[in-house]
Amino acid sequence: MAQLTCKNLCLGYDGYEVIHNLNFEVNKGDYLCIVGENGSGKTTLMKAMLGLITPVKGRILTDGGLKHGGIGYLPQQTAVQRDFPASVWEVTLSGCQSRCGLRPFYNKAEKQLAEKNLEKMGLEKLKKRCYRELSGGQQQRVLLARALCATQDILLLDEPVAGLDPKVTADMYKLIEELNKKCGITIIMITHDIQAVKYADKILHIGDKKFFGTKSEYLQSDISKGFAKGEYNG
Amino acid sequence: MADIIDKIVLYLQYPFVRYAVIVGVLIALCSSLLGVTLVLKRFSFIGDGLSHVAFGAIAITSVLKLTNDMPFVLVVTVICAVLLLRTGQNTRIKGDASIAMISVGALAVGYLIMNIFSTSSNLSGDVCSTLFGSTSILTLTSDEVIMSVILCAVVVAVFIMFYNKIFSVTFDENFAQATGTRAKLYNLLIAVIIAVIIVLAMNLVGSLLISALVIFPALSAMRVFKSFKSVTVCSAVLSVFCALLGILISVVFSTPVGSTIVAVDIVVFVIFSVAGKLSVKFM
Repeated sequence: MAQLTCKNLCLGYDGYEVIHNLNFEVNKGDYLCIVGENGSGKTTLMKAMLGLITPVKGRILTDGGLKHGGIGYLPQQTAVQRDFPASVWEVTLSGCQSRCGLRPFYNKAEKQLAEKNLEKMGLEKLKKRCYRELSGGQQQRVLLARALCATQDILLLDEPVAGLDPKVTADMYKLIEELNKKCGITIIMITHDIQAVKYADKILHIGDKKFFGTKSEYLQSDISKGFAKGEYNG
Repeated sequence: MADIIDKIVLYLQYPFVRYAVIVGVLIALCSSLLGVTLVLKRFSFIGDGLSHVAFGAIAITSVLKLTNDMPFVLVVTVICAVLLLRTGQNTRIKGDASIAMISVGALAVGYLIMNIFSTSSNLSGDVCSTLFGSTSILTLTSDEVIMSVILCAVVVAVFIMFYNKIFSVTFDENFAQATGTRAKLYNLLIAVIIAVIIVLAMNLVGSLLISALVIFPALSAMRVFKSFKSVTVCSAVLSVFCALLGILISVVFSTPVGSTIVAVDIVVFVIFSVAGKLSVKFM
């Protein structure tokens, strides 16, 4: 069953169209990589899927028990966050915010959920530490724990390994793969790291040429050769 | 030392000094609460901009000869705050430029109006006291005190009720919105609260020094503390302490209230900066 379907989707801003007539669907348990050159509209597409911007034309349908706000999101880090005084615990718990509704404080179940997700990310020892003093990889794991507090179903990751060294990058991919395979969480990942493609089941390539299909189809297509320039050899 | 304490005890017997202390402490408490949020959202100067708007509004009320100017000033400032925070993103004139524009614009128009229509014999004195709040806190009427106390109580209550939401929206607005928190609504709430605080704080430090009251305690606390909660609590405590000390110093040595409080804030900031550096070195 399709969890998220994009039909004839056109996206843009200020009257300028970035994405034209895009069609794809994401099923429960999929691991989808969205690749494409800079400026091809990857981030715009992600914002649309998150409901932060409205499409110019076409629709994004969600189904399979997925409601608005049921999407977990791992954003790229902003300058504000780099000097934000917040503990790991505070950041993680803030992922439960949408569960609160108008209730001002977090309840016990939400605190347990945050605790559980910290453990899942191997962060329980860092709980009291200051977020801005952590390493890049640790910060990403905190944000991942926060995203998991917001959803059990589907995670959108925006360049999750940007700025991480190769070892931490590999750990991060492994962690994401585990979430996908063990916990059955649907993964949609934006990346321009071609290494990431080998973890995915499906690929969406956007830009001048569009492609949507399985990984093996993608690797045989001309479009991947143009993009990967032979870097991919797994 | 005993002299000074005697002097303070003596002054505290006057109701207007007691009013000043009560209102000063409450305003300091309120203004520090949102300081962390504003500093982190890169809105440090919104206090300055809004206070100049309030100055312009006060000029209009004095021309219209309204006896109680607070409601009018409050409404105008809230509207401007909403406009300013709303145009934060995606506009032609960016946040800092629009704050600067509204800020100096309101200041100029306010002074112009006061100058043209003024009925007061001591115009520059009036302007000076609005800008630097030099005496107005010592001339509060009991109605104004009651109004300030109520507004402060509301601000503190709203802040505590929405503390977690304010944290989410400040830390990561996109994430909050994407996961179903109504980020725009809470931004609006922050704008309204900050406008109320500005109007209140005009009495204490005047419109030129308000930013100091909002950002100094937050910045000091951020030097030393590492979690949002501890920073917020610390900046509230610092702000109250500085305001109290500043008011007492100004009463005893008859210095201007607003600038004395800000001077104390600056000293505390320097102490905390050094403490922050040392704690990094030795821990």
